[in-house]
Formats: sequence, structure tokens, C-alpha cells
Amino acid sequence: MTPAILELVLMTIVTAATPLIIAAIGELVTERAGVLNLGVEGMMIVGAALGFAAAYLSGSPLIGALAGMAAGMVLAALFGLLTVGLAINQVAAGLALTIVGVGLSGLLGAGYVGLKRDAPPHLYIPYLSDLPFVGKLVFGQDAFVYGSFVLVAAVAWYLTRTRAGLALRAIGDNHHSAHALGLPVRRTRFLAILFGGACAGMAGAYLSIAYTPFWSPGMTAGRGWIALALVVFSSWRPWRVVLGALLFGGATVLQLHAQAASLGLPGQLLSAVPYLATIAALMVLSIGARRKSAAPAALGQPFVAPR
Amino acid sequence: MRIDLEARPSRSLALDIGAPIVALIAAILLGGLVVWLMGKSPTRAFSVYFIEPLLEGWSLQELAVKACPLVLIAIGLSFCFRANLWNIGAEGQFVIGGLVGGWLAIATHDGAYQSVIGGWWILPAMLVLGTLAGALYAMIPALLRVWLGVSEILTSLMLVYVAELILDYLSRGPLRDPKGFNFPQSVTFDDVAHLPYLAEGDRLHAGVILAVLAVLIAAFIFSRTLFGFEVRLVGDAPRAARFAGFSDRWLTIAVFAISGGLAGLAGICEVAGQIGQLQPTISPGYGFTAIIVAFLGRLSPFGILIAGLVLALTYIGGESAQVALKLPNDMTRAFQGLLLMCVLIADAATRYRIRFRLGALA
Repeated sequence: MTPAILELVLMTIVTAATPLIIAAIGELVTERAGVLNLGVEGMMIVGAALGFAAAYLSGSPLIGALAGMAAGMVLAALFGLLTVGLAINQVAAGLALTIVGVGLSGLLGAGYVGLKRDAPPHLYIPYLSDLPFVGKLVFGQDAFVYGSFVLVAAVAWYLTRTRAGLALRAIGDNHHSAHALGLPVRRTRFLAILFGGACAGMAGAYLSIAYTPFWSPGMTAGRGWIALALVVFSSWRPWRVVLGALLFGGATVLQLHAQAASLGLPGQLLSAVPYLATIAALMVLSIGARRKSAAPAALGQPFVAPR
Repeated sequence: MRIDLEARPSRSLALDIGAPIVALIAAILLGGLVVWLMGKSPTRAFSVYFIEPLLEGWSLQELAVKACPLVLIAIGLSFCFRANLWNIGAEGQFVIGGLVGGWLAIATHDGAYQSVIGGWWILPAMLVLGTLAGALYAMIPALLRVWLGVSEILTSLMLVYVAELILDYLSRGPLRDPKGFNFPQSVTFDDVAHLPYLAEGDRLHAGVILAVLAVLIAAFIFSRTLFGFEVRLVGDAPRAARFAGFSDRWLTIAVFAISGGLAGLAGICEVAGQIGQLQPTISPGYGFTAIIVAFLGRLSPFGILIAGLVLALTYIGGESAQVALKLPNDMTRAFQGLLLMCVLIADAATRYRIRFRLGALA
């Protein structure tokens, strides 16, 4: 493999990892607040449909990304109303959100199947972007990629270095104690859910605006679920999400290259690799954690204020 | 605005029965709104979805045939959900059950292995194989949870994609009909490998009886046996169950085996009753729709039977709405999800008095 090809492979790994990073970091914040939102796949695919439609109509990828975020937030607000407002089982509500999202995305995107638009521009800095091997990798990505890293850094800083982040983690670990301390449990959770929705919607918009770049029904292909697994894989720590996403991005891309190289293996087997890798990663992690879970202690439990 | 929840002191039967009905009406109204927004007539859509399929003999048979897999899977899921375990990969267990059971039909095609003892054993063996295969496939998330503490939600869901890819590969590759002009499908099953029909025409197959049997057996288990009590107790009061000495590891494996087995049985019934051969896709998402069936039926066997018929109606209505109203199939999907949300909200209303107050959310 020549360095040029290797650079190209690394580039595609980064672009494959970006939607996973964005979606997973949002879900990480939601889960740190103690809410398990299984609707990531649904929010993501609606974000993809609406994001593409908005970008196509306006001609601006920025407006597309914002539309995707807004779509994710609307669905997340619905989920928040159910789980935080009405204390409904989070697993069931999340599944409902995914089912609604998949159906809704098909309705919204129906008029945009088969349309194409150009991917957003990549950064170009004279000389730096032309550097061999690292040039394109570091200085030649699109705004989403850089944005996702800023997002992870901001979340890491927020969770570990700010008072609000501490409060959010306290709420996720023990909502009754947090409530007794006067922390706004339900408001914090609702906002964390909205943040998760915005991220999932943007991740979907990235897929349809920059990654493919077109809309096709069912295009998220389980990435929302893989993002959920990544949060577990990361032990709920922001930077480990990046590591995990790059590993999964790598598995996806290598699988595609293996299909192209026709190694004689059935394509379906290779397509199954990302899903099997997810299961394997969860297993390895559980063996490593020795049953001492790093999960927020109140994750998935509904909160009803005592009176 | 803030929402206050006040636990209701006791459950009332009227609320328990009324809630899903109110939820269904609410979902239909919301669905009608979506149809209206799309510029179609909501009353016409209501008639196509919910009235017309009930008016003709063949579509009533079709209703029972579509409800069969939904009820079978949802009965199994009710065991898991009652024990607070989340098998959301029934779709995968359905596919594997259909695949493994269907394999036997292909292996014995054209009288192979039937010369000595005849072909009477093939259909029962297919049903058993399908059930076992589904149960075994469900053991992967169950054992990973019991041994390693891996979340069953994610593993069972990932295995859906894997199962679909396995079926896709085998039905296009090794199990394809060699004389089938390269169409991606297997040979058509022999008559001995086909579920018998219960009525005129080739729709209503014997799998429907199995679904009704499953409902009756589940009702018996939940109300009359220690195991049924264990399942409910582990879900409602896990600490109490542990004090009572019930093993939640064993229970996890048992409920996953039941739900996987029933999903596998549903899969082979679909293949041996409805489709009659293996093809790359054998399910329009029955495994996921069954989750809605289980909740709409309030996790009770007879409720699930009724809920299965309701959701089957949306499938049939959805098919005719595609033709009659040019409504896309995604409409059905969105409606089903909407229905689940309404059911969950109605469910919350049976447990809490819900009060809306103006002011900040706290």
C-alpha cells in the first residue's frame, strides 16, 4: 500500500467515524443525565431526510445541518415529554421514537429520492493541505469533521470542569439525592435529551449532506444503534467515543475495501462485520469491566418527584 | 409548563381496558391529520385502512394470516417485557427460524429422504427446527447478559442485521433454486412441507391455530403456574424476587428461549404457510411491529390477540392504501410508531393522575 492510498483509506475512516462521533456524544450527555434514549436511529434518519431536503432547497449545507438538528430536537422533545414529563418506560418510548422516525423520514424524504447535490467544501490551506500523507488528513476535511472534534472537547470540558456538568452527572447517578439537594432533575434531563436529539439530527444530516451525499430511505442502516453501543463502549467518557468511532469507522471502511477487492468472501458476511464488531466490542468491554459497570447509576430509571 | 404526576392508589379495570382503546382512537385521529397534511382525504383513508379489509371474506382470512406471526412473537415478547428484559431482536429470531425450518424443506425437496418412511414427518420437523433455531439465536443475547452483563437490548438488535444478511446470502447463494433462472429464491416447497389450509383458497393456513394455542397456553402460564408468577415478580419487584430465592439468571435464559422460540415458530409458519419458499426478505418488520402489539395488548395474552388483529389491519389497510390512495408504505410505519406512543401515554394515565401546571419545569 502506497502512502497515498493509505492516506485515502484514513480519510474515509475519519468520514465514516464522524456521524458516529456526533450521534454518540449527544447520547452520552443524555445518558450521563440518567436517560436512555433508544430513539437515536429514528432522530438520525429524520435528520438525514430533512437535512438533505433543506440543503437541497436552500443550496446551503449549513441550513441543511441546522434543519437536521431542529428535526432531531423536535423528536427528542417528544421523547422528553413522554419519559421525563410522564415517567414512561424509556426503552419502550425510545423504540416508539425509532419506529416513528423511520416511517416519518420515508414520508418527508419521498420527494428527494434520487436527487444529488455537491458535498460541502473541504478545508484547503495552501501548502499545509498539500503536505504528503498528513496534509489532507489534518488540513483537508469538511466543517463537520472539525466540528465533531470541537463538540467532543466541549462536552468533555462541560462534564468534568463545570458546575453544571457536575450537577448533570449527579442527577444521572442518583436523582433522588439530586432532587433533595434542590437540583432541577427534570429540567436538566429534558435539556440533555434535547442536546442528544440535536446531535443525532446533525449526524443524520451529515450522512445525507456530506457522506453520501444524497438521500435514500433507510440510509442510516443501524448507525444510530451503533452510536448507542459506542456510548457503552466508551464507558461514558467523551474522548473514548472518538477512539471507538474510529475503530468502527475502520471496520466499516475495511469491509468496503475487502468487498471491492473481491477476496472470494460473500459480501453479506463482510457487511455483517460492523454489527458483529459491535457485539464483540461490548463483550470485550464487559470482560474488562469485571461486572463493575461504569454506567450512570440511575440510567433508564424514571423519576417521579416525591411529595 | 410543568407536569405533575400523582400515583393512583389502585388500578381500575375500566381504565385498564379503556386506555388502549382511547390510545387507538387518538392514534387514528393523529394519523388522519398526517394524511390530511399530505393532501389526501382522511375519511377515505380511514375507510381503506380500517373498514374495507373487514368487509370481504378473503381479506378477513388475510387478516388472520397477518396477525398470526404478530401474535406469536408478541406472546413471547410479553414474557420478556414482563420480566423487565428487552429482547428487541425478535425480527432476527423470526428470520433464523424461517431460514432453518425452510432449509429442511429444501433439503427434502422432490421426495429426497422420503422413500422409506414417507414425508409425514417433514412439516412437524420443520416447525420444531424453526422454533429451536429461534430459541438458540435468542440465547446469544441472553447468555451474554447472564455471563458478561452485556446489555441485551443492543446485542439482540445487532443480531437482526446479521440474521437478515445470513438469509440474504443463503437465499441468493447455496439455497437458491439451481433451475430458477438465477432468481434469488429457493425451490418451491413440496406439499408435505407446506402448512395445510383451513379454508377455501390458499390463504388461511394452520399456523393461525398455533397462534391461538400460544395465547391460551400463555394465559394459563401467567395465571396458574409458579413460573408465570416468577416472571411477573422479577419484573415488578426484583428485590423481593431475589429474597424469595428466584434465580434471575435462569429466568433470563427461560424467557429469552420462550420469546426466541415463538419468534422462530412464527418465522417458519410464515415461510411454510404464506411464502412457500425462501427468498432474501421474509418479513415486513413483523418482529418490530410485535413490540407494539405486546404493549397495545398490555402484555396480557388475550389483549395481545386483539392487538395483533388491529396491527394486522394496518398492514392490509396499508397495502390497499398504496394502491387506492397512493399513500406510501412509510405511512403505515409512522402510524404504528404513533400508535405505540399513544399507548404508552395512555398507560401512564392509568398509573398516574396527570396534572398540568403553569410555571417552570422542576
